[in-house]
Amino acid sequence: MRKVWETPGGIHPAENKAQSVTRPIGYLPLPERLWVALNQHAGPAAKPLVAVGDDVLKGQIIARSEGDRGTALHAPSSGRVVAIAPRAIAHPSGLPAECIEILCDGRDQWIDLYPIENYRNTEPSALLDLLAERGVAGLGGAGFPTAIKLATDRPTELLLVNATECEPYITADDSLLRERADQLLQGIDIASYLLGDPAERIIGIEDNKPEAIAALRAALAARSDQLPAVELAIFPTKYPSGGEKQLIQIVTGQELPSGALPAQLGIVCQNVGTLYALKRAVVDGEPLISRITTVTGKACTINGNYETLIGTPLTDLLTHSQLDPNRLERLIMGGPMMGIALPDSDLPIVKTSNCFIAADNTEVAPEQPAQPCIRCGLCAEACPATLLPQQLFWHAQSQQHDKLEAHNLFDCIECGACSYVCPSNIPLVQYFRAGKGEIRQQRAEKAKSDFARERFEFRQQRLEQQERDKQAKREARKLAAQQAKEAQSEASAPADSAAALIAAAQVRAAARTASPEQQREKLTRAIASSEARLQRANEKVTEAQQSGCDDATLQPLLAAQASAQQKLTQAEAKLAELSADPGKGPSPAPTQADSQSPEIDAASRAIAKARATAAAREALSPVEKIAADLAALNKRVEKLRDKLAACEEAEQRELLASSLAKLEAKQASLQEQQRALNNGI
Amino acid sequence: MVFKPVTSPHRHAALSTAKVMQWVVAALIPGIAVLTWQFGWGTLINIVIATATALICEAAIVALRRRSVRFYLQDFSAVVTAFLLAVALPPLAPWWLVVVASASAIVVAKQSYGGLGYNPFNPAMVGYVVVLISFPLEMSSWLTPVALLPTELGHAGVVEALAVVTGSGGIDAWSGATPLDLFKHGLNGQLVSDFYANTTLFSQAAFAGVGWEWVNLAFLAGGAVLLAKGIFTWHAPLAMLSSLAVMAIVFWDGGSSNSGGSVWLHLFSGATMLGAFFIITDPVSSAVSVRGRLIFGALIGVLIYLIRVWGNYPDGVAFAVLLGNFAAPFIDNYTLPRSYGHQRAKRATELPNE
Amino acid sequence: MQAPFELVAANPIVAAICAMVGLALLFGALLGFAAERFRVQGDPIVEQIDALLPQTQCGQCGHPGCRPYAESIAAGEAINKCPPGGQATINALAALLDVPAPELDDEHGEESEVKKVAFIREAECIGCTKCIQACPVDAILGSAKLMHTVIAAECTGCDLCVEPCPVDCIDMIPVEGDLKSWHWQLPQRPGLIASDRQPHSGEAA
Repeated sequence: MRKVWETPGGIHPAENKAQSVTRPIGYLPLPERLWVALNQHAGPAAKPLVAVGDDVLKGQIIARSEGDRGTALHAPSSGRVVAIAPRAIAHPSGLPAECIEILCDGRDQWIDLYPIENYRNTEPSALLDLLAERGVAGLGGAGFPTAIKLATDRPTELLLVNATECEPYITADDSLLRERADQLLQGIDIASYLLGDPAERIIGIEDNKPEAIAALRAALAARSDQLPAVELAIFPTKYPSGGEKQLIQIVTGQELPSGALPAQLGIVCQNVGTLYALKRAVVDGEPLISRITTVTGKACTINGNYETLIGTPLTDLLTHSQLDPNRLERLIMGGPMMGIALPDSDLPIVKTSNCFIAADNTEVAPEQPAQPCIRCGLCAEACPATLLPQQLFWHAQSQQHDKLEAHNLFDCIECGACSYVCPSNIPLVQYFRAGKGEIRQQRAEKAKSDFARERFEFRQQRLEQQERDKQAKREARKLAAQQAKEAQSEASAPADSAAALIAAAQVRAAARTASPEQQREKLTRAIASSEARLQRANEKVTEAQQSGCDDATLQPLLAAQASAQQKLTQAEAKLAELSADPGKGPSPAPTQADSQSPEIDAASRAIAKARATAAAREALSPVEKIAADLAALNKRVEKLRDKLAACEEAEQRELLASSLAKLEAKQASLQEQQRALNNGI
Repeated sequence: MVFKPVTSPHRHAALSTAKVMQWVVAALIPGIAVLTWQFGWGTLINIVIATATALICEAAIVALRRRSVRFYLQDFSAVVTAFLLAVALPPLAPWWLVVVASASAIVVAKQSYGGLGYNPFNPAMVGYVVVLISFPLEMSSWLTPVALLPTELGHAGVVEALAVVTGSGGIDAWSGATPLDLFKHGLNGQLVSDFYANTTLFSQAAFAGVGWEWVNLAFLAGGAVLLAKGIFTWHAPLAMLSSLAVMAIVFWDGGSSNSGGSVWLHLFSGATMLGAFFIITDPVSSAVSVRGRLIFGALIGVLIYLIRVWGNYPDGVAFAVLLGNFAAPFIDNYTLPRSYGHQRAKRATELPNE
Repeated sequence: MQAPFELVAANPIVAAICAMVGLALLFGALLGFAAERFRVQGDPIVEQIDALLPQTQCGQCGHPGCRPYAESIAAGEAINKCPPGGQATINALAALLDVPAPELDDEHGEESEVKKVAFIREAECIGCTKCIQACPVDAILGSAKLMHTVIAAECTGCDLCVEPCPVDCIDMIPVEGDLKSWHWQLPQRPGLIASDRQPHSGEAA
């Protein structure tokens, strides 16, 4: 006999299992409708793969969860999908979940099945994909996808098979073991293969199931010696020995470190129902569409186990068990210690529905108001995780979350042993669940608010950076203007002026640096606006001509039209140049410089231009210089005068008038200088 | 058929707070019987007065707090407090003494902290200490056990007892000191063996004082029943008795005139057994974890010996228990159990972010 | 050398004064050294306060964001001005700063039980970017003349975007709980009556 250890705490409630194992596993008649809930597995909800109106065959895939090896859901019988809509499911919140409703056609027709006899010839990863595809999930309670659980990257030392079924009333696993122990062993072999043949395979079972133990022993004896050995570990009945952590402690004596997974100890736990489903999926090729469910409780005349189709309405199950509604005090899904009280029976069966208890008023604790805690410590004696439920209760009541975590709230497995023994009828497990929920919610909110803070600070930085960039540009422009001015005033000294000019030109070039794309964009825009202006000018001219106005109004319009046309042709020419030679950029003067980058090119062009202008200016004598300046200025003044004459808007007239005044002043001063020079000569 | 969104578990063990309290009262009955046999009707009268006062006070406070009186009185905790107090107070004590003790136990020590489950100190011991310090004379007037009374006198009858209690009669005919009191104040330079031989209270006793040894044995029996029933764990009583015994043995100097008393004297006289099985096992005011209870019990045992031998009072159980109650949160801080999956036990003040 | 000692020995008052002065100098030196050696850079209390605020950056407290409010609290401002944080935040701040926890100041808004998220009715959006500029956490995706949309996962529900919208196309939609986020509530405390306050974190011992 394999050595077993004892867990601390625990309770011994009345078992109440005998009434549901008097007959073999039964089958229900095919229901009229099936509702397959999409949130049956641990993890994100599945997405439907069929649409309303589709015909489906038995075992056809109808939904799959997203992600790697997303577990699938299948049609439990052939029929037509009539709805995909939210409906009530077995959840304590009473919130609905999306369900695929199938109207059965009565033919119960299977899809083509592809059994694998010799699974050892298939790669483990392919088999795992198959498991996900065939919807195998943990049937022990949480519905965790089996493919993900068996795909451990750590080496596995022990495959621990959980046949404990420690909760009172439930006998689903017991009846499975009594009748189908050999198939279970096949499932264990497949799991063992997928885990890389761990050193040990142990079935953990309580001693209150002698028939199941006998069946297992017989199956083990009949097993071929070639197959790896499977051991039986029988231990005294105590609730809750069937919890993963407790079972590991009982069978191996090791404790699972807080927050760790069994895989980190090299252990993988699987429920017997899951392994049976594994065998059906691989060896028989059947996807997971049914499970063994116990129906018990005094309000039902017939208590027994049934292989029920997933999605069967609970009402069908209860009617078949001859439920007496007048006797029914509470309907529970699961066991009396950890089960969910159901609001009504209009719910579908899911993969994790292992038991339904239709309890009358002798089987269910009458609800009594909770009395104050007398700190008796019976809860701490019962706790299998050696926590102090008393302290957790005080802190949960006063919502002191840091103290709750200090007392290891998240190590609580919510088995209910403490609430069971509490003399003051305090619903301890509800306090702990509420505390855990509040802490998780706070963590989520904290994560969200930290994220919001990050985004806010980034936004602040972004805005500040924009400000700084603007400021820098302003500074650069100012600097360029200053340097250009200085360069202008040093025109007499050739060497210096040339250098200054070069510097000025470089600064200007730097300030106006544009890559070919930017230039092209600019030109495209310029072309666009010129075209628009030209069009407007054309329109105005034709309008004027049509309305037959005099020459005075027509002249400026024609002039505007001509200038718009000119600008357009100029821009188009520049664009053509740019397209022809992108590296060059639009240049009024040809350059010989080897262009490696547009900036250098632009700079060298600017330098050349500046040199040319400088040279030109130097060539002139002071008199000629002034004459040239004056000529240019006169032109500008005339242009401005024309503009002012043509302008009608008052504001613009003012502006133009002031500019004109300035120019005229400059003109006057230049004329003075000229006179002075002429007089001097 | 009413469906409610209730949480699991859906079944419950049979024990309730009221039942626990009822068992405690039941386990007191052997001790009360022996007290009545040895000292007359006084104890029963005390019980009646104390229980009535306790229930009235509790009902009054609960009504003041605008809560359901029935709900709060039906957990029997006031009755248990009254019984313990009545047993601890001298038989034939004046009625007003019992009323003051009971009222201060319920009102001050229990209800002013929030009622059952919220009191840091043992209410019965608080009531006892309040009257011990306020009325030392009355509190040291104990009775002679029946075996030592002149046979024609016997106990006070009910009428006479009521007369004494209501103040219209005197108790001089029946008064006598307790063994501890005699030992503390009467040794006077004699060797212990001589003192025992010269004092009838000891010379006629089996091992620890006539009458008182039977009282303590009766309480021990009641405590054993509660232990067997699982009302409390063995840790605190065993720790207290062991540490008291160890102290008595360690400081036993062979029975000289300075001796503090033999182990048997300490274990079987005074309120030792009552304290061990009924007072320190009060869950509300004691330590939370079993390791904590061991330390709690041991501390109280040591303190009892200290107060008895080197303190001013002949019996130190009440003060020792109150001192232990003071220390209980501190003890709890350092004696949390190691939870599954953790390397070591944490301290209660160890917050996760530290 | 002798004379000062003799003076001190002869006059106990002088001796006392010397001793006190000497001790004061010694302790002053120690404290000064400790103040320099163990000086904490920055003002961590502001960080701690900011960590407790809900970061909706809504401005309902009267400050342009949570950090400025945190800084004012460090400087002594009332702690009950944050409606999105609600009473839970007020209690946490009270516990941190060791001050009593007042009720939420109604002037600044009400605590709403339900979280809200902004939603833009895209049919009416004109792409003006006014809401994008208003959002303090950049939770609105969009550009000039292009469709704007709220990234629901990043929206804090501060509703600063609702005002600037010229076509009033932004709604605040309550976020409904779903199966994943549901959790059990605390049981009703027995014997509580209407005039009792429910305990909040930080207040109970």
